[in-house]
Amino acid sequence: MHRSTSSARSVLAVGAAAALVLLAGCSNSSTSTGTKASATPTLAGDCAPFQAYAGHSGTTVTMFASILSPESDSLQQSWAKFSSCTGIKISYVGSNDFESQLPVRVSGGNAPDLAIIPQPGLLQQMVKTGKVVKPPAATVANEAKWSAVWKTYGSVDGTFYAAPMSANMKSLVWYSPKAFAAAGYTVPTTWADLMSLSDKIAKAGKNKPWCGGIGSGTATGWPATDWLEEVVLGKYGGDVYDKWVSHQIKFSDPQIIDAMNTVQGWMHNSAWVNGGIGNVQSIASTTFQDAGAPILTGKCSMLQQASFYEAQWPKGTKIGPDGDIWAFHLPAANPAITTPVEGGGEFVAAFSSRPEVQAVQNYLSTSDWATSRIKVAPGWVSANQGVDPSVYTDPVDQLSAKYLTDPSATFRFDASDLMPAAVGAGQEWKSFTAWFAQNQSVTKTASDIDAAWPQ
Amino acid sequence: MWADASVKFVNTFGALAGFAGVLLVLFYFGGRAKGRMSRRLAIVILLGPGLLLLVVGLAVPVVRTIYLSLFNDDSSKYLGAGNYTWALQNDDIHQVLLNTLLWIVVAPLVTTGLGLGLALLVDRLRGQAVYKSLIFLPMAISFVGASIIWKFVYDYRDPAQPQIGLLSQICIWLGWSHPPNWILSHPLNNFLLMVVMIWVQTGFAMVVLSAAIKAIPEDVTEAAVLDGARGWRLFAHVTIPMIRSTVIVVLTTVMITTLKLFDIIRTMTGGNFGTQVLANEMYSQAFVEFNVGRGSSLAVLLFLAVLPLVAYNIMLLRKEREVR
Repeated sequence: MHRSTSSARSVLAVGAAAALVLLAGCSNSSTSTGTKASATPTLAGDCAPFQAYAGHSGTTVTMFASILSPESDSLQQSWAKFSSCTGIKISYVGSNDFESQLPVRVSGGNAPDLAIIPQPGLLQQMVKTGKVVKPPAATVANEAKWSAVWKTYGSVDGTFYAAPMSANMKSLVWYSPKAFAAAGYTVPTTWADLMSLSDKIAKAGKNKPWCGGIGSGTATGWPATDWLEEVVLGKYGGDVYDKWVSHQIKFSDPQIIDAMNTVQGWMHNSAWVNGGIGNVQSIASTTFQDAGAPILTGKCSMLQQASFYEAQWPKGTKIGPDGDIWAFHLPAANPAITTPVEGGGEFVAAFSSRPEVQAVQNYLSTSDWATSRIKVAPGWVSANQGVDPSVYTDPVDQLSAKYLTDPSATFRFDASDLMPAAVGAGQEWKSFTAWFAQNQSVTKTASDIDAAWPQ
Repeated sequence: MWADASVKFVNTFGALAGFAGVLLVLFYFGGRAKGRMSRRLAIVILLGPGLLLLVVGLAVPVVRTIYLSLFNDDSSKYLGAGNYTWALQNDDIHQVLLNTLLWIVVAPLVTTGLGLGLALLVDRLRGQAVYKSLIFLPMAISFVGASIIWKFVYDYRDPAQPQIGLLSQICIWLGWSHPPNWILSHPLNNFLLMVVMIWVQTGFAMVVLSAAIKAIPEDVTEAAVLDGARGWRLFAHVTIPMIRSTVIVVLTTVMITTLKLFDIIRTMTGGNFGTQVLANEMYSQAFVEFNVGRGSSLAVLLFLAVLPLVAYNIMLLRKEREVR
């Protein structure tokens, strides 16, 4: 009797402990409050520049993004000094499925403290959930270092929510300086020059002037959306572009149809494409990653692709004005438009207003942090005009930064990233793929996309 | 709002169920010592929390998916059957449903037929274990891996280029100087993609059917042979009836795998060029276009499509058990 009571007691004790563990495991608190110092400490020496962020030692800020290793390693290295000086630990998680996981995490009550969002459309969707917290005043003030249009991309219904963090440039044409020099071609600076150069290369008969590929798994079609965006921006300017993005101007509008016809004459021209790969249709089945390779073998001369295409060139390819590969700015289709630059970027949104979260959010909006990130590794550009251009070591980064920080440039964010996902990440990709794969007409392509616009 | 509440509900329920489970274990031990609790009640109580969790884990997502399918993209507006009407009236979805139907009819029939043929053939050969292993080998490769291999086979390049897919290369050797871009050739591309599924699954069908054939009692075959049955007649009147239920189980298993088809399409075409199927379209709607309502309505349609197949399978297995 005595023995069974004692065994029942020990089982009870183990059971109670297990129940506590279970309860703790099921509770949904992922935030860490840490111990806050009673008075803000004074940071000295190397740490002095971080004084504004002091006073939150021992706290952790969770961050979620789509940036994966090795880029995420560079990112973590860029704030290492900030973390060691302020004592704020940034717990970073990157995911390939960021765009689909973030809404699930936010609606599931498990939002990260900070998220690096690459599409204003997704930011808008997150703001609609009511979970996004407005940034502190200091972050809003830092925004002044970016050209004004960036603020609109971090805003929803006129309220500013997320400061831009990085920027990339799409309006580039990759080519081989060696091949150009050997053939006696010069880099075109106007659309007319670009078109006559294309014609000249085609007539020379040695290769095709252009190569291209729009394959990208379920995102197949996106590079073609960039081609149209470049032409709309370079032909009709920022105002028409903005109205087109908000569907005040439809795809079937004569201006957009005209831009689509320009793309048709450029990338659907069987005499001009698809060097080293095949016919016009082959653009649809070639991945964008593979598209540029024929430039290196001399099968085609040019590829319109973003600055991030730099990473696609094989190891050992010398990239630079005198190298194997280099890039030039895609000229405006209408000479009256000054330096059209289409690009993308990432925005830092907060889902918590804890002081340490605000400190990190604020730090990431400064030119100091941007400079620190640029120094870690190439392949990263900021459009923050407070960044000293001499810190860039990579020629493509230098070229991109030159255009992205140019106050006279007409910068616009990637239109398909701004349009509702059902259009920009759905019907537009599908219809543009059919435009190339089945030679679907421009008018049908445009009307199909208009029909998919959410009512 | 609803999402928050449901997550909190699942969390709280999970915690409470776990806690109740621990307490019940304690009662059970205590009760047994004192001989108060019947064995049957103890089993019910012990299994109860786990069963409840299972029901919650299965029922909550199913109910929530049906609920979400009645709303617009961000669940702010009730649409009723709107997403279903969209699915049934949209030309793209018609193509998706047609492709899915094509897949679930052709792929399982060819896989099972080929598996049966190979089982009959290989069983007559010497060193059948080696052949069987070779045929079964693709089963060890994931659909994604298999898709990448076949993508190289169908790869399209200018025939003047050295990097060219195997299939085009063979065509050129045979004198067809400009073979088509296989991946783009609709509707042929659907069948070319099916080859991947058939290549992976045939080994499975062959092994299962070969085992079923071997399990046919020898006296039955001998009696049939004595009665003069040979060749086709023996196959049609003895072998097939004896392995009928195995054939149906293989067929339905491959059919259900085909209905859930996602990896091959996603890897090879991303659903483009007229090759989209239901599971992949469901993913695109929910997680690429962020229209959870439409994605959920497709998920419900897929669920309804799988249901009769599963029910039929269960019925068959039950019948089999009754016979035994």
